[in-house]
Amino acid sequence: MIGYDEQLPAVTSSLPSHNTRSIILVFCCTILGAAAQIFMKMGANTLAYPTVLQTILHIGTNVPLIAGYILYGISTLLLIVALKTGQLSVLYPIISLTYVWVTILSVIVFNESVNIYKAVGLAIIMLGVAVLGMDSRK
Amino acid sequence: MKTPLSSILLVLLSAFIGSFGAVLLKSGSSRLSRTWQSLFLNTRIIFGVGLFLFSSIFAVLAMREGELSVLYPMSSFASILTMFWSRLFFGEPLTRKKFVGLGLIIAGITCLFSHR
Repeated sequence: MIGYDEQLPAVTSSLPSHNTRSIILVFCCTILGAAAQIFMKMGANTLAYPTVLQTILHIGTNVPLIAGYILYGISTLLLIVALKTGQLSVLYPIISLTYVWVTILSVIVFNESVNIYKAVGLAIIMLGVAVLGMDSRK
Repeated sequence: MKTPLSSILLVLLSAFIGSFGAVLLKSGSSRLSRTWQSLFLNTRIIFGVGLFLFSSIFAVLAMREGELSVLYPMSSFASILTMFWSRLFFGEPLTRKKFVGLGLIIAGITCLFSHR
């Protein structure tokens, strides 16, 4: 469920006048989506149950996880609305901003480290997602 | 090595399952009318959302250990799979640009994997 934003089925009829609104909407989605991941990681960190089954049963009672799911749901719905009117070749590169926010927040919230390999790997993935997305859905 | 292999495999598994969720949503979306009821009575949409939720269990299990800054970008594996499912199920063309994107994503994941 993490990171499926870039493969949502899109229904489009490109209206240029709606582009700015779509861009702002998608930008908000990237922030909401990144926040969702941070909450889910926060929740997952506290799931220290001995068996997989016990862990799964506790997903529904973990407050940060539920918050993450809700945020993810909201960002997905907004994204569908934005993708309906916006131009995909513009919106896909914006969607991949989520990777930047998640990485920055991971450093701030979880004290994760970023080295040059991670930064380069991330940049290449973002470029790949943007290129792949640009030519998707004909 | 802060991110265990098990977490990475779980993220890839989650991406694999979730990519079928996207296929179901796409195929359900073409059968929608303009009413809200049609969304909730659409079997494919319901199963698509269900698959997403099912796939999220593996993502949560993955995130119990390891770094989010490594695991999250790896979920982009799903878009590679979607590219092939789009060809298989919806006849969408596999363009040269898409293969460039695929190559870049694999290179990026490999880079993260080797320095996790």
